[in-house]
Amino acid sequence: MSTLFINARLIDPEAGTDSPGAVLVRNGRIAAVEKDAANPAQMLQALGIAPEDVTKVDCGGKCLAPGIVDIGVKVCEPGERHKESYKSAGLAAAAGGVTTIVTRPDTTPAIDSPESLEFVTRRAQSDAPVNVLPMAALTKGRDGREMTEIGFLMDAGAVAFSDCDHVVSNTKVFQRALTYARSCGALVIAHPQEPVLSKGAAATSGKFAALYGLPAVSPMAERMGLDRDIALLEMTGAKYHADQITTARALPALERAKANGLDITAGTSIHHLTLNELDVAGYRSFFKVKPPLRSEDDRLAVVEAVRTGLIDTISSMHTPQDEESKRLPFEEAAAGAVALETLLPAALRLYHAELLDLPTLFRAMSLNPARRLGLESGRLAAGTPADLVLFDADVPFVLDRFKLRSKSQNTPYDGQRMQGRVEATYVAGEPVYRRD
Amino acid sequence: MSFEHRHLLGIEPLKPHEITAILDLADDYVALNRRPEKHSDVLAGLTQINMFFENSTRTQASFELAGKRLGADVMNMAMQASSIKKGETLIDTAMTLNAMHPDLLVVRHPHSGAVDLLAQKVNCAVLNAGDGKHEHPTQALLDALTIRRSKGRLHRLNIAICGDIAHSRVARSNLILLGKMENRIRLIGPPTLVPGQFAEFGAEIYDDMREGLKDVDVVMMLRLQKERMDGGFIPSEREYYHRYGLDAEKLALAKPDAIVMHPGPMNRGVEIDGTLADDINRSVIQEQVEMGVAVRMAAMDLLARNLRAERQASNQSRAG
Repeated sequence: MSTLFINARLIDPEAGTDSPGAVLVRNGRIAAVEKDAANPAQMLQALGIAPEDVTKVDCGGKCLAPGIVDIGVKVCEPGERHKESYKSAGLAAAAGGVTTIVTRPDTTPAIDSPESLEFVTRRAQSDAPVNVLPMAALTKGRDGREMTEIGFLMDAGAVAFSDCDHVVSNTKVFQRALTYARSCGALVIAHPQEPVLSKGAAATSGKFAALYGLPAVSPMAERMGLDRDIALLEMTGAKYHADQITTARALPALERAKANGLDITAGTSIHHLTLNELDVAGYRSFFKVKPPLRSEDDRLAVVEAVRTGLIDTISSMHTPQDEESKRLPFEEAAAGAVALETLLPAALRLYHAELLDLPTLFRAMSLNPARRLGLESGRLAAGTPADLVLFDADVPFVLDRFKLRSKSQNTPYDGQRMQGRVEATYVAGEPVYRRD
Repeated sequence: MSFEHRHLLGIEPLKPHEITAILDLADDYVALNRRPEKHSDVLAGLTQINMFFENSTRTQASFELAGKRLGADVMNMAMQASSIKKGETLIDTAMTLNAMHPDLLVVRHPHSGAVDLLAQKVNCAVLNAGDGKHEHPTQALLDALTIRRSKGRLHRLNIAICGDIAHSRVARSNLILLGKMENRIRLIGPPTLVPGQFAEFGAEIYDDMREGLKDVDVVMMLRLQKERMDGGFIPSEREYYHRYGLDAEKLALAKPDAIVMHPGPMNRGVEIDGTLADDINRSVIQEQVEMGVAVRMAAMDLLARNLRAERQASNQSRAG
């Protein structure tokens, strides 16, 4: 069974190219990629495939890119299935061009044992149409005291270890966990933040927070958290990924750590790339995320860091919250936003603003996250899994949150004009979503 | 008279002429309140509900009296003791209230923005009686009225706001109002209590009180909000009093006719010297309380006019 995608605009993050071409998919994998001189007939001939054995998909000049690998998606099973299940998250991911979701362990209870991880894996396999790779907690109950069974959890399929937004504030515990994780070859994903300074904060300190009377945290708290973690990496040599770098002040430290050869990468969230603190105006709790939205200067610095590759990955930080937990005074409202379906359209804002080109966006959304996790996907290359997204980069639409497939609809982009929409998503060559 | 707002949620949305309109009307109510027969019927038939999610004696009494003098049916709900403890959300409370058909809702809440949220969900005029660290508009208006009556104008004055700015909604509302009316504002206090960001609103910031008080026309003291502080902002009350408490010696640096204000309740011997607070030649603290009732009468009167006009318009459009 083969599928031939013709007349496509190929976005190849590895080569950094954006060019017309064709892709042949066979047995769930990419069999051949033909750029520029897109002559599908020759391509088939070279591979010895008869044209009648091939299903043709005419992409109509639309973009074909490696599917998105999203590190840090919260699916609310177990504990809060009414907010998001594997089924609803999987459908949302498929509709958003996300072919692999890497789930967070900050559920209730936390995923901190091989048994609970197995539950997640089973639920995901039966319900989600996309690839689901689970992360596990770094410490038991995510309470920063005792490390989890990192070895067993890896055997059970954990691809990374994270206490999510809980900072392991006990430096000795964190040091030991990093040391142990290194011996297992495990990737640790941390939330760089000085936990005491940022406690209770609902906004970033500045003119806006002062005017609105909101409890605020200095952007410096992120750098202080990152500085500590970098020092621990020098001590332990662990494999480390910062979940969200959102401030300009943290970037030089990250750059130095990379230059010094530490095994460190960093991500950022789509919200911090496309929104700033002023969007909260009128105390709109759908704009409450963690860490809080930053100043416009920070936003632009982070976009630039994605462009240069200093920040490696972009993720949705998909965090479903029900209406009840958002319809509260801003300080009391829950943090987080759903973003699986809006990740690509929101990222395309950066493309239309001419800040990032498409190969750069897909380097951060597909190639780099896959590489960091040691996956084969994320590339447009022969032999790799045919996880693909076909999208129209230009079509305009107005986002209606009630049309989202997530069980929770807490998106900050509700009612906003977006440009660019997913046409179809393929996992292992099979369509898991087609726009109707 | 133009005052086109459905709610009074803060000073920020008001234009200078609207502030003047409220103060002018409040002047009339000061005169009414000083008469032996202090009753008017402008709110007759309307229901005013005072909802205080945070302790208050003075503001609540002031709003209650203002409503009663204008003939409204006034009800007080002490929200601290009731539904909030039973887990009811603010929105549910709003829905419950809606069913009671109030016309004026006076709300105080410990969280910034909570009154805005409530205002989106109810069908009546909402007055913010203080939300978190955000705004306390009627306090700023009564301060403005006090200054205008005492100084004869409300522009081109040097005004010092002293003390715990960080935790104060009074300071925010005053800063906005006095700025809109084109005054020079100085913020005085220890840097732990005066966020530097306020400089971006055009205020001058002083951490030396003596320097800051030089030649000011108005000295506004703020209460040290011990209940809003988590952790040490100042080393001790006695050191605070020594450096930032207002006494006769520090006040001597201000203009000779400078007035002293305080929104109350005062911590005597912490931010202000007791004798000074009682000095009728300098302190206008009692007058502030009097102006409070008048300003609240004016604000509710104006909002009720808009509410009635809006209802009339919607009735007419339904009839037509």
